[in-house]
Amino acid sequence: MTIVVVENDRTRALAIVDALKDADDCEVIVIGSDSGLARKIAAHDPDVVLIDVHDPSRDKIEELTLASGPLDRPVAMFVPNAASALSRAAVEAGVSAYVVDGMAPERLRPILEVAIARFQVMRQMRAELEQTRRALEERKIIDRAKGLLMKSRGIGEDEAYALLRKTAMDQNRRLADVAQALITAAELLA
Amino acid sequence: MKPVVLRAAYVPLVDAAPLIVAEAMGFAAAEGLQLDLVAAPSWSAARDMLILGQVDAAHLLSPIPVAAALGLGGVRAELAAVSVLSVNGDVIGVSRRIEERLRADGFAFELNDALATARALARAAPGGRLRMGVPFPFSMHRILLDLWARATPLADIAFDIRTVPPPLMRRALADDEIDAFCVGEPWGSVAVESGVGALVLAGRAIWAFAPEKVLAMRRDRAEDPSGNTGALMRAIWAAGRWLSRPDSRDAAAELMARRALTDVPAELIERALSGQLTILQTGQQRHVPSFVEFHAGLATFPWRSQARFIADRLAILHGLDRAGARDAGARVFRTDLYRRHLGPMGIDLPGASEKVEGAITHPTPVASLRGGITLLPDRFFDGRIFDPALPVS
Repeated sequence: MTIVVVENDRTRALAIVDALKDADDCEVIVIGSDSGLARKIAAHDPDVVLIDVHDPSRDKIEELTLASGPLDRPVAMFVPNAASALSRAAVEAGVSAYVVDGMAPERLRPILEVAIARFQVMRQMRAELEQTRRALEERKIIDRAKGLLMKSRGIGEDEAYALLRKTAMDQNRRLADVAQALITAAELLA
Repeated sequence: MKPVVLRAAYVPLVDAAPLIVAEAMGFAAAEGLQLDLVAAPSWSAARDMLILGQVDAAHLLSPIPVAAALGLGGVRAELAAVSVLSVNGDVIGVSRRIEERLRADGFAFELNDALATARALARAAPGGRLRMGVPFPFSMHRILLDLWARATPLADIAFDIRTVPPPLMRRALADDEIDAFCVGEPWGSVAVESGVGALVLAGRAIWAFAPEKVLAMRRDRAEDPSGNTGALMRAIWAAGRWLSRPDSRDAAAELMARRALTDVPAELIERALSGQLTILQTGQQRHVPSFVEFHAGLATFPWRSQARFIADRLAILHGLDRAGARDAGARVFRTDLYRRHLGPMGIDLPGASEKVEGAITHPTPVASLRGGITLLPDRFFDGRIFDPALPVS
């Protein structure tokens, strides 16, 4: 069985390949989602195509679902039953699987289960990374706002922080939003 | 009372505005709803979220639910287009290389003459080949291009249409992967603003009243009397009416820039809303009346004849039985639900649910319950008429 994984991030791609290779005796090919995607996929004549739901290039694969498309064997999105737990899990994990017409669902099941598990882990990692990044950014904004208050009102750091927090609570807004508003106002007045 | 939360998917585009506005301007709240809006990364993702029940409703390209009924695309499903969200709004643009060739040829860049533009483009195509990007295989863009290319000198060149997601259109043009594109705003203006493209034609020059996006729900979900379908439809209708007022444009553009198109300046979004398009980075402007309609001319009424026409074009493109496709397609646009849920609000509704597409050449009053409906021109560039009552010829 030949599986094409569409993924631009090399680390993520390798992780998926490793997991799939352990799961089944199959050839796994990774291609990027840039130009000529549908043609590139067709050149490998795969049985299964896996792509991250979050990749906007997924719409290019819809071309392959047309019988007149570049792939002689039309593919369909894998939805054995829209309500089934497996397809729900796939969507929630962010895996879109397209399978070539006529492939038996029982052959795909183990592949998809592995892919789902791998995508879930990666999704979690991405979410955590994003959270950390945002927290860092907010920390920077709050620090800048504190600095502005300390300078303009001649107060200490703790007092500046307390003032920001009290304002946020009084206005029922997030601390970072109040800090951002202060910075914006200061920039405008400068 | 606690609002009912409905989840709705949209693809970040100017014509997702009715959903964003319905939530932000309180039209949803007035119907006892809170809209939880989810930005979808692609059209297929928006469609699948809807089919799998992850969202209650979605902003979809009008041909998507029709294609799903015909079994075209990744998945067959029964979807209902309960309302049209927007009419028109696509632009056709070209690379700078093609733009220079057109200019040398004396082309006027008026945006309103489909035949002249096709002639000029056929002459300007490098090596007799034009690579054209469209957002999705099942889209009004694809249908407009097909109508246009079959009936013009573009039929004589290699017209190579490929799928390029809208946010990537600018890069595809810059990287010389495509020579031209047909896309919804703001992505045409983004290509102009970044200096990689020029606009040559408004989509409405091909079909003057093309249903572009629909509000889609799963059929069973749309028909469920306890499903708040009517409340959602009324909120969206009110949002469309608000959007159609000229004095709403600045606020609407600002809102879209903040909530849905966070990388795009409000000024670029405002171009589509006002129809005042900048066609080149150097600043030449063209005004396109009715560039996008959210309300006027009964824009949101889901005419079954529109769905029948879309199904017919999909059948021609993909080699399906046309008569069967037309009937299956017509059932997707739900004039019945539109009448049931919006009629009691006191809005005027037409007597008919189908019209002859392409027959209206100037604003025309039509038979309606209160006699107050004027339909806007819906002609095709080649003067064709699509009569839903006639059999396939």
